[in-house]
Amino acid sequence: MKAKHQRLVLVVIALVAIIGAGLLAAWALRNQANYFYLPEQMAADPPAVGQAVRLGGMVEKGSLTTAADGVTVTFRVTGNSDAAIPVRYTGILPDLFVEGSGVVAEGSLGADGVFRATNLLAKHDENYVPRELEGMDTAAAAKMASETTVGLN
Amino acid sequence: MIAEIGLAALWLAAALAALQLVAGAAALRGGEGAASPLALYARPAAVVQALLASLAFAMLLYAFAVTDLSIKLVATNSHSMKPFIYKLTGTWGNHEGSMLLWVTVLAVSGGLLAAFERRLPERTLGATLAVQGFVALGFYAFLLLSSNPFERLPVPAAEGSGLNPLLQDIGLAFHPPTLYAGYVGLSVAFSLAMGALLTRAVGPAFARVMRPWVLGAWVLLTLGITAGSYWAYYELGWGGWWFWDPVENASLMPWLAATALLHSVSVLAARDALRTWTIMLGVLAFSMSMLGTFLVRSGVLTSVHAFAVDPERGAFILGLLALYIGGAFAIFALRAGAVAEGKRFAALSREGALVFNNVMLSAILGIVLLGTLYPLLTEAFDVRVSVGPPYFNPASAIFAVPMLLVMAVGPLLRWRADRPERIQFEVMLVAALIIGVIAAVSFFGSFPFLPLLGLGLAAGLGVAAFLPLRGRRLARVPVATWGMVLAHFGVAVALFGMASEGAFTKERLAAVAPGGSVEVGDFAVTLERVVPVAGPNWTAIEARLAVRQGDGAPVILTPQARNFWSPPQSTSESALLTRWNGQLYAVIGNQAADGRWQLRLWWKPFVTFIWYGGMLIALGGVLAIAGRVRVDLKRRMARRQGAARRADLEALAGAPVPAE
Repeated sequence: MKAKHQRLVLVVIALVAIIGAGLLAAWALRNQANYFYLPEQMAADPPAVGQAVRLGGMVEKGSLTTAADGVTVTFRVTGNSDAAIPVRYTGILPDLFVEGSGVVAEGSLGADGVFRATNLLAKHDENYVPRELEGMDTAAAAKMASETTVGLN
Repeated sequence: MIAEIGLAALWLAAALAALQLVAGAAALRGGEGAASPLALYARPAAVVQALLASLAFAMLLYAFAVTDLSIKLVATNSHSMKPFIYKLTGTWGNHEGSMLLWVTVLAVSGGLLAAFERRLPERTLGATLAVQGFVALGFYAFLLLSSNPFERLPVPAAEGSGLNPLLQDIGLAFHPPTLYAGYVGLSVAFSLAMGALLTRAVGPAFARVMRPWVLGAWVLLTLGITAGSYWAYYELGWGGWWFWDPVENASLMPWLAATALLHSVSVLAARDALRTWTIMLGVLAFSMSMLGTFLVRSGVLTSVHAFAVDPERGAFILGLLALYIGGAFAIFALRAGAVAEGKRFAALSREGALVFNNVMLSAILGIVLLGTLYPLLTEAFDVRVSVGPPYFNPASAIFAVPMLLVMAVGPLLRWRADRPERIQFEVMLVAALIIGVIAAVSFFGSFPFLPLLGLGLAAGLGVAAFLPLRGRRLARVPVATWGMVLAHFGVAVALFGMASEGAFTKERLAAVAPGGSVEVGDFAVTLERVVPVAGPNWTAIEARLAVRQGDGAPVILTPQARNFWSPPQSTSESALLTRWNGQLYAVIGNQAADGRWQLRLWWKPFVTFIWYGGMLIALGGVLAIAGRVRVDLKRRMARRQGAARRADLEALAGAPVPAE
């Protein structure tokens, strides 16, 4: 093999591998990226059962109940409209998880219409708001901010 | 006064960086022999700049140590009641301080290069120092114009507002400084690569100068990532050791690039092959460091690492990033054609295996990069997504598995060309081990696919790591080779830890009344009582758990739920019971309405091997540096003795013959 050729072959192999990685990434991202839903979006156009998604909104007041095992909770998440999605979660709740505060639930929708959360992200402190809740329209954000502050006190 | 000295030192350092740029450029234009008078200043400028940047950092450290509340940064990030060690580490637990640390490390590594590097031709070193000065100048501008750490308050604050409690941990003392030193150590590799490219000096001599810097940066990155992973594991209380968080990825990407660079620079040093590829990796590695800095420091991400959410700063770093990366790749594109072709090699050779692994590492880097940036891209179109383990794990495994397989046999191959028959036995042995372990483990139960594969690979790699020593006199094996063996064995150990954590972890979540017990794995855990406790700047509720394994004596574990008051925040302090074969991980949650407490327990077999493996990899890197430095010193010594002897002989020959 001539010198020029070997260099060319190396470059081609490297390019093929990198482009392959890029295509694979693009394909996998389309399938595996975790889309974010507001409750009204989820009610109007629910994701496929079992598909990993994130649901973000506010924990409806008076909806939080703890099951007999002491570690499973159910609550409902509301957004800007009346739509409310029931959520079930087994695990330790985030420190500042209270009714009326903002939450992002990671998980998937069950066949019965209940969202099974595998992880809950709540407000950590006054500086940290789950990213998805940051850009909610101003009215909702203001409402949430005031409510979460009340929840903190 | 302290703040003013620091600020003045910083301005002076910036001016010296400009001088270093000009002087280095003059050396580049001047050519060998006819050195321009300006070129003399490049080395001293770099050294003095390093001293001044260190002085500025020391001033900030002092301000934090005495909690000088007239400085804005101290007032917003520290608190007089904080334990002393966290006052010190809090210096870099914020945006401005951490950027100052970044720039200080940059200046110090430039200074070290200028002070001690004597092997490179002056023109190449001048160009290198010019590039280093140019990079430093941009980051000084960033610090001085948009994130001044020494800004005074008009009226001193009465009390500071404290440090994020998640950062009030001994981890903050190790993780950011080592990671930054690693990030920024790559800047020297970058500058050297640009310098060699500009002066057409790409070759084995240049690779030998670059190698210790790459190795050193890589060792520090490895340690920083390992420490960060363990810190997140015990501090966040989520029981995981890697979350594919964008900020974690930001540290992983330079590591992947540096790993590839480390291997290709060795090929260049030993065999004079892969010239352009090494240069490109040098540019890529530091680009990833800067991208990581941008992701973490610009506020485009929300996480414990993102201190500042200020669009101006983000735009500034993005501008610097575009300038440096764009400029470097433009020079690369213009000059790469002029780099002469290196030595050739057959596909089946050690070079071939290293090229394959380089390409695989780059592919993994691409996967991680795309996954990290994808949410930012879609957000521009108002679609919000998050990308997590379901994407990263399989997509990176597709490239990691072939890479690990080649890693097992690559070191057995000969340079230049080899025959497959020669390593038949070793290949069969490794393959048999991998398949045997996978078959044996799946016989005992059904486990997820990736951890199962990981267990098999770990067994194969663990043995394969030592095969290069077969048939050699152990006492005569070079230190650098021991380093390689150890680092590769460390990969196997870490892989074993990851795989057994993934395959065998037992989790138990229960609400327990005081006096009640739960079982996890072969441990029985009794909740004795829950008591309130207080620390210097927090209060907490603490569970006392009596853990019994079989009939043994109970061990007390005390997980806490802490409440800090400045800033007001709660954290969960996990409690760990470490055994040689794993860790028991306990977290206390909320109290249910009926008075029971939530407990979350994990038994994680061999999870500690992940971090032992990381340390072994770093130790391997240290041995490689030590071995290279020793060889280099020996060579210098031999050359000096040779020169002395020749001088003696000449003196003898010239001396008059004594009269007899």
